[in-house]
Amino acid sequence: MAHATATKVEETKGADKTALITGSEAIAVACKLADVDVITAYPIRPYDTVMQYVAKLVANGEMDCEYIVAEAEHSQFEIVKHASAVGARVFTGSSGVGWMHAFEALTVTPALRIPMVAMVGNRALDDPGAFGVEHNDALAVRDLGWQLVWVDSAQEALDTALIAYRVAEDKRVFLPCAISCDGAFLTHSQALVRIPAQEKVRAFLPPYDRAKLLLHPDNPITVAPQANEDWVMEIRRQNHEAMERAVKVIGEAYADFERTFGRSYGNPFFEEYETADADVVLVGMGTVSTPIKVGIRELRKEGKKVGFVRVRWFRPFAADELAATLSRFRAVGVVDRDFSFGSPYRSGVLATEIRAAMYPSAKRPPVLGFIGGLGGREVTVPDVRRMTESTLLAAEGKAQPPTQWIGLRE
Amino acid sequence: MGQLYAVEIVYRGIFQKTLAKNISRAIVLAAHREGKPGISFGRYGDSPERNGIPAKSFAIVATDEQTLEEGMAKYEPKEVDVTICVDDTLCKGVESWAWYGLQPINRLLKPGGTLVVTSKEEPPVLIGMIHQKDVPYRLAIVKGTPSFSGLWVYKDDHTDVRLLGTLSKVLPDLFSLMSLQEVIKEEWDDPVKASSALRAYERVNPVVVPPGQGNAETPYQFTLPKWTEMPEGIAIPAIPLGHAMKDGGNGHSGGFRPERNPTFKKYTTRTMRPVVDFDLCVKCTLCWLQCPDSCFDVTPDGLYDAAMEACCGCGVCEAVCPEAGCITMVNETRFQDNASQWQAWRKDPQEYKRWVRETIADRPDRSHGFRYRGQYQEQLPEMLTIAREG
Repeated sequence: MAHATATKVEETKGADKTALITGSEAIAVACKLADVDVITAYPIRPYDTVMQYVAKLVANGEMDCEYIVAEAEHSQFEIVKHASAVGARVFTGSSGVGWMHAFEALTVTPALRIPMVAMVGNRALDDPGAFGVEHNDALAVRDLGWQLVWVDSAQEALDTALIAYRVAEDKRVFLPCAISCDGAFLTHSQALVRIPAQEKVRAFLPPYDRAKLLLHPDNPITVAPQANEDWVMEIRRQNHEAMERAVKVIGEAYADFERTFGRSYGNPFFEEYETADADVVLVGMGTVSTPIKVGIRELRKEGKKVGFVRVRWFRPFAADELAATLSRFRAVGVVDRDFSFGSPYRSGVLATEIRAAMYPSAKRPPVLGFIGGLGGREVTVPDVRRMTESTLLAAEGKAQPPTQWIGLRE
Repeated sequence: MGQLYAVEIVYRGIFQKTLAKNISRAIVLAAHREGKPGISFGRYGDSPERNGIPAKSFAIVATDEQTLEEGMAKYEPKEVDVTICVDDTLCKGVESWAWYGLQPINRLLKPGGTLVVTSKEEPPVLIGMIHQKDVPYRLAIVKGTPSFSGLWVYKDDHTDVRLLGTLSKVLPDLFSLMSLQEVIKEEWDDPVKASSALRAYERVNPVVVPPGQGNAETPYQFTLPKWTEMPEGIAIPAIPLGHAMKDGGNGHSGGFRPERNPTFKKYTTRTMRPVVDFDLCVKCTLCWLQCPDSCFDVTPDGLYDAAMEACCGCGVCEAVCPEAGCITMVNETRFQDNASQWQAWRKDPQEYKRWVRETIADRPDRSHGFRYRGQYQEQLPEMLTIAREG
């Protein structure tokens, strides 16, 4: 029998293995390790790398799941929503306008408290048709009750997918979680990834138990009825409380992850790089971390005390903790791989959230916004230098534009 | 602050939606002729596109803009000067799709306010249906079969102008008959409609309903749960299955009574109800099978008893029953309670038989919906004659 050409992952018994895989493949491996029951697929770059790899795992007999190719993204997300309601662990994903095509399904999923885990292969929204990364696709659901997390390496993609199931399926939460992976930089680059042993994953991730919300003849319930103004506020409040509880559950999951797998991510919500003595920091999400870290190392050789804060969990947003951290610095430069047209300061979404989070702080350093890397354009090390230098000037009290486009031909 | 006036029009979807809108619009337009600003709107939480569902339109008028704004700040008025009820079966109360429990038809009436009802009944019959109020109010009847003038095609039976003419008499400060006649000329340019309004104005003769008179029943109500008391995930536990019934007479158990929604009742969604002659029943099960609301209890002796908390009065049971005269739909105005017919029959079959014959024989016209194509055209000349001659 012909063997599909997937990178072979040995059945792990006890020992971790190392494989050279992309960020997408790392998430597919996490699906296998999590023993996902139902996966729906519909191709769009760069998310399709996940569905291809899962298909290979299934074809090779390495993974056992219902693998359904839907006729479009809306059905793709609806099918897993229903599968999750009847007690199946589910996975799906999309990119760019594919994610937007599923939008109605995306709005109902958190409201019905469905612990769906989805991968967003971040991609610019059409038009123009473009494959490259931009974060506006995943960010479009930021007000809907989805948990949103950004990762910057294939290893973190795998680990975060396992953590996402653990958090989403916790009865205190029961909210969907979207893992954002930058198109190309993460979805299409292979890196050496440590694949944990199945036993460890089993110990970390209990089976999905839908409990009282299980849609089953033995547990007759009606889900998603029509409701008028007498009910909607109470339902929204319930979802808000679930998102609030997620903060604690995320902390517990990362602590357990460290205990089980022996690897730690430190603060689950954001990573700090060279911040201990920093005067200024850049803030960003996703793979922009690589040129920023390299740029910071160069600038530090020149004696400039700069650092970096990489936001992982955008929802729930660790506002208090981020504000406390960022108020230590003399200026903050937020790098957005997205843009919010007509927004306050005509900036990116992350910059607006950081400004809002810092407003109650006693010490409020200037916050600059940088728009860079849109549509997959590379954010270069010289770009990082320009952004950092502008932030340093702001720290010295020299007025800087609130939002600057970096790497734009002008 | 100036004077604020509020009028509500209580109607049934879908066939009376345009009628209600026409009335509330004309109220605002007529008052505007006298320099009073106003607004007209339908209650958004209602679902008037559903056949038979009670719904409301409102007209709010004031002597000045600022006072109007005070009225508009409350989306739904908390009290009204006049309630216009365009289907007399709604005198039993209003259970809107918006699920507020059973609201007495006179609930919003100010002391001394007027309830205007289109009906062929006399005041005692209607007062027997209307819940008691602890302040006096007035009842004015505009004679006629409740109008089903339609949604898309407005089949004009002059109910609108007759009610408006009545309103100009019972609440003359809102607008005068003269202002109404001007609006009728501008909106319809029909002298016959103008004369129907005039005749209604001349004929209206309200009776005062003193406190404590009327239906003594406590209206069905419930408390909405707090957010912490609701199941999460927008999930509602299913209604449990049913159980056997017990015959109070001989102690036998048997049959089947389904459990029913503990919160959502259908006491007033109905404009007519099935009257069952149990002696004619052949136990074919068709009514029980076809009822869209599972309203039939299967009795221990294998008969079918329509539970009034669940019957929406659609008439499917009558349509599918193969025995002539076994199930007959009768206008709700004929009934003063929601008691079990089967229990009455078990208690005294002879007396029950007499009651069935009498109830069916002199049953009032059916008020709700069309039973067959062309029914409305048959009623229209009669309605216009009533409008003209009374």
